[in-house]
Formats: sequence, structure tokens, C-alpha cells
Amino acid sequence: MVTEIKKTSWVAALSILLVVCLIPAAVYAQGSGPSDDEVNAVAKQLYCPVCENIPLDACGTTACEQWRGVIRDRLAEGWSEDQIKEYFVAQYGDRVLAEPPREGFNWVVYIVPMVIFVGGGVLFITGIKRWRDSGQDRTLRRGGKKVPEPDKLSDDDIKRVEEELLKRSKG
Amino acid sequence: MLLLFLTIGLIRSQKGQVSVGEIAPDFELISFAGESYQLSEYRGSVVVLNFWASWCDTCKPEAKDLEAAYQYYRSRGDVIFLGVDYVDTEPEALGYLEEFGVTYPNGPDLRTEISQAYRVGGVPETFIIDQDGLIAHVQIGPFRSLEDILLRIDPLLD
Repeated sequence: MVTEIKKTSWVAALSILLVVCLIPAAVYAQGSGPSDDEVNAVAKQLYCPVCENIPLDACGTTACEQWRGVIRDRLAEGWSEDQIKEYFVAQYGDRVLAEPPREGFNWVVYIVPMVIFVGGGVLFITGIKRWRDSGQDRTLRRGGKKVPEPDKLSDDDIKRVEEELLKRSKG
Repeated sequence: MLLLFLTIGLIRSQKGQVSVGEIAPDFELISFAGESYQLSEYRGSVVVLNFWASWCDTCKPEAKDLEAAYQYYRSRGDVIFLGVDYVDTEPEALGYLEEFGVTYPNGPDLRTEISQAYRVGGVPETFIIDQDGLIAHVQIGPFRSLEDILLRIDPLLD
């Protein structure tokens, strides 16, 4: 009987010890939450409309601090980056995104620079070509002559020239 | 085409807030309590539309004055106060409303659509809309006192 009580006491003591050891671990896990780097990884993809052109991770205003707090809370709740970004868009509009979504009128943002780049390239090449052509025309107008490309000599002709030169050198 | 977009953008940015005499853009405000407020339903009443945010320090001094003005006109029933919470987070916004005892309807500016429609440049800004739905007064920055608010509303009432 005494042995059984002792056994029970040991089990109870061990259980209490286990619980005591686990509680701080649980509290620590709950308090740790997402790191600043994890929060900033999402924050740098967002812009606060109040402080334009400053990404959320680099913005020091109270509004931005609050937004980073929201990101931290959502990450702690297990939300993905996309879900958090969707939440911010629903709350504050598309302009919070670093890159506007590729849909509807927003395509203009992506297409116009490409059109300008390609159009500029075509204009540049065409301009260079015209400039070169007009340069040649100017030379001709001033009485200049195009230097004709030398005709290629056949092997027989080369042989004949060599023989002639040899004769002359001997003579 | 690019020039056209740039021109439109430039004109928009130069336009400033909606001005006195313009038709107040219609909107639907969903309050923090979940109730819907449609501006066009308040034709015949004066509407005081205040844009604010919990992070805005200059909004704080006028918060109590706006609430006092709301209480002053409340029994009349023809002066409506609506608060639009601009680019804010809900817990802080609710804390702000509690701190300053604001009881008239307030809600978030979802997708910043209302502030864009009124071309709000910052907070606080207040638009007083007359019974015909026209902008009667635009207050850039905070009201200085309760009297300052009443001075803008009283002339609109019979």
C-alpha cells in the first residue's frame, strides 16, 4: 500500500514537472511570432498611399507601423503572402501594390514601355540608315566617286601578271 | 497615347479637392458596425463628411468638436454626420473612436474609393454637403472649435 502511494506520488511529481517545463515552452512559442525579416518580406511588396513611393518596409510613419503590425498578425495566423496582399488590396485598393495586377487597364503600364522601347529601337535604326544613305548621296552630289570594288582576278590572270613581271625584271 | 495618359494624370493631380458648388460624388459607406450609408439617400439633409485616421495627430483636436456638433444637431434629424476612416487599421480606428467618444457613423474607406472620389489630399478634411447634394464647404485641416463647425452648418439650415 505504502509502495503504491509512493509510486503515485512519483507519477504526480513527474507530471507536474512535465507541465511546468512545457508551459514556458508554449508561452515562448506563442510570443515569438513572425520575425521582422518575414514581416518585411511582405511589407516591401506594399506601398502605403499616405507616403507615396516609399515601400512599407522602409516607411517610418505611424500608419506604416500599423500596417506592418497587421502583416505580423496575419502571418502569425498562418496567412500566406498572397492572402495578405489580397487583404490590403481589398482594404486600400490596387495602388498599395508595388506592381499593379496584370489585368484590365493596368496592362497599359506594362505594354506602353515595351512599345516605346521597340518603337525607339526601330526609329534609331531607321535614322542611322537614312543618315548613312544621305551621307553617300552628299558625297556623290559634291562630285565624289564611289570607289568601285576591284574585280577579282582569275588564277590565269594572276599567272599572266606574274610572268609579265618576271620578264620585265629580267629584261 | 502616353502623352494623353500623362496629361490626364497631370490634370487630375492639379485639380485638388472637389470644390464648392460641385455635385458631391455619391458613395456607400459601410460602417464599422456593418451598416450601410448611401450619400444619395440623404438628399434634403445637410451631410457633414469628415475624413480622418487614427494615425493623424491633427485629426484629434477636432474629433470631440465634431461629436459635440453631431449631438447639437441630433434632435433635428436633418444634419447627418459621416466619418470616413482613411488608410487606417481597424483596431486603432476603433480605439480612436472610443477615446474621443465619437458616436456618429464611421467606417473604413474601402479601396480608398471615397477619398479618391473627393480627391482628398490628406486628413483631416471635411466636406459639408447641402440639401441639394452640392458641396457647400470644404474644410482643409481641422476645425478650430465647435463654433467653427456650427458657423459652417447653420447658414444651410432653414
